[in-house]
Amino acid sequence: MLQLESVRKVYRKKQDEVVALDTTNLEIPEGDYVAIIGPSGSGKTTLLSILGAMSAPSEGRILLDGESVYDLPINQRAELRQNKIGFVFQTFNLIPYLTAMENVQIPMLLAKKNVGDQQQKAEELLIKVGLKDRLFHKPAELSVGQQQRVALARMLANDPAIILADEPTGNLDPDTKEQVMSFLTQFNEEGRTIVMVTHDLSAAERAKRTLTLSEGMICSSEKESLLKLA
Amino acid sequence: MLMRTIIWKELRERPTAMIASLLAIILSVTALVAIRNVTIFSEKEVAGKLDKLGANVLILPKGVTLQDYYSADMHSETIPEEHVAELALSGLTGVEAISPKLCVPTSIDGRNVILTGILPQADIQKLAAWQGGMLFKKHEGCKAKINVVDAKGDAPEALAERRALQNLNENEVILGADYAAMNGLAPGDTLKLLGEQFSVLTTLPESGTVDDGRVFAHLHTVQRLTKSGEVVNIIEVVGCCEDVANGLVSDMQTILPDTKIVTIANVVETQVSINRMMTNLSYLFLAILVAVGGASMASASFANVIERRREIGTLMALGATPRFVTQLFLAKAILLGFAGGIAGYIVGSILAMFLGPYFADVSVLPIPSLAFVASGIAILVTLVASYFPARQASNLDPCICFKEV
Repeated sequence: MLQLESVRKVYRKKQDEVVALDTTNLEIPEGDYVAIIGPSGSGKTTLLSILGAMSAPSEGRILLDGESVYDLPINQRAELRQNKIGFVFQTFNLIPYLTAMENVQIPMLLAKKNVGDQQQKAEELLIKVGLKDRLFHKPAELSVGQQQRVALARMLANDPAIILADEPTGNLDPDTKEQVMSFLTQFNEEGRTIVMVTHDLSAAERAKRTLTLSEGMICSSEKESLLKLA
Repeated sequence: MLMRTIIWKELRERPTAMIASLLAIILSVTALVAIRNVTIFSEKEVAGKLDKLGANVLILPKGVTLQDYYSADMHSETIPEEHVAELALSGLTGVEAISPKLCVPTSIDGRNVILTGILPQADIQKLAAWQGGMLFKKHEGCKAKINVVDAKGDAPEALAERRALQNLNENEVILGADYAAMNGLAPGDTLKLLGEQFSVLTTLPESGTVDDGRVFAHLHTVQRLTKSGEVVNIIEVVGCCEDVANGLVSDMQTILPDTKIVTIANVVETQVSINRMMTNLSYLFLAILVAVGGASMASASFANVIERRREIGTLMALGATPRFVTQLFLAKAILLGFAGGIAGYIVGSILAMFLGPYFADVSVLPIPSLAFVASGIAILVTLVASYFPARQASNLDPCICFKEV
């Protein structure tokens, strides 16, 4: 279970102070599929960074399976991201000079898995996302949809329990968007927890529940409010 | 996949910036290796000369300037021959041989030749023995191998190397290799010299020096035939070791105040000073390597970190520790340093082989140990230059992976 306890995030620049996330309490049980929707600047990415053990909150605690994430030393937080959390980015963030196979192997390299296991698992995952004939292509040689599927395969490399997705369909055409959403639903059905930040209401509707963020506060999940905020 | 796959593929992806920064390191290492290579061979040459010539001391007329040991007697100024007797009777210890020479350019059968009068050691030994001098005795504590020319063994062919001769009759000559070859003369032949017949005692082996063109005869014969009087151009004194040579200079200067006394070390001083200058130059290039190569590498590394911010953020989001990111950049620095060092070594060695004969008059070959020194220094420079960029990369906020950069 992922819990936020009175989490507050404030960015300071000289005298100015911007509250990105105001006192927030949230519980995301195992196997949940949460969509977070809100306008630009509402704190969606900040929330995702905090949940992903990448940005410590100014106040409050984040608990993962009862353990306070930001009380862990930096190397253990990195290990947490390696083994328990998978990221999906809006612009995929593939390493441009590595092939699809090599991109998928990165999380396994970081987890110090041996080369043979890395290659076997990377191939399996790429076949799973329908890229059997694109294993040794670089990102520039792939379509946008194929790139996002490589990113999904990479995200699954270390079999994470939690998936954090930042606008996963933001750059995709309707057909590819549908493919990606189907994959996310499939991953959720496999028992993974998904937290997805999106502007896309149709994508948000695929989640089990939807939260709205406005000016750093989780305020509503009514459909009309969502339409207004999105 | 291993970390080196990421490093190698990234280098291949962005080669231009790295080649530019490597160029400064390659050029500096090239200069360093080339200068060091030439210097080492030049020092070997000097050491070889000193070793070959032994602990020699030259006694010359005051006004003579000395450029080359082998032509030290080729000048028109003279000193009295009686200085030889003064030296022989002075009781100086550690002297192995005294060899006075008189050099007179002349022509034989229309060919120019350097006629050199030399006094055999037997004549000097007789003089010293008669007076009870201490000549040809080693000094206290001397560990040098005894090298005294003796009446039994020493062949006249050894003149070129020993710079002294045991026996030479007044009607005998010894020919330099070139002169003998040009005139088709061999031991036992006769030669007419300034109106008198001489028997060829031997011919000297080729030495590559001015000695190859000389005709050596007894000093007193040359003095008589050329009407030079009882004078010599030079007195060569062979000490038993380098330790005694330096001490001999001050003692001889006291005995012969109107002469100029130099050691072999003085003769090769010019080359030694060139070597010293080249050593200093190599230190200068080392400083340039550190400054220019390091600054260039640091600048390229900082630019590389800025260019790869999003990639680094993504790696951190995927679980890379700051240590992994630091290693990624430092391992790349080691690879570049090694490549720069080896490339600089190869280019520098080739350059040294071409420039050695022009700059230091020595032939130069590559020195494999310099490859280790060159790559070691280059790696150290690239590591130090990349340390702060690597730290900067490892301290990046991983949240940058969510932004468009």
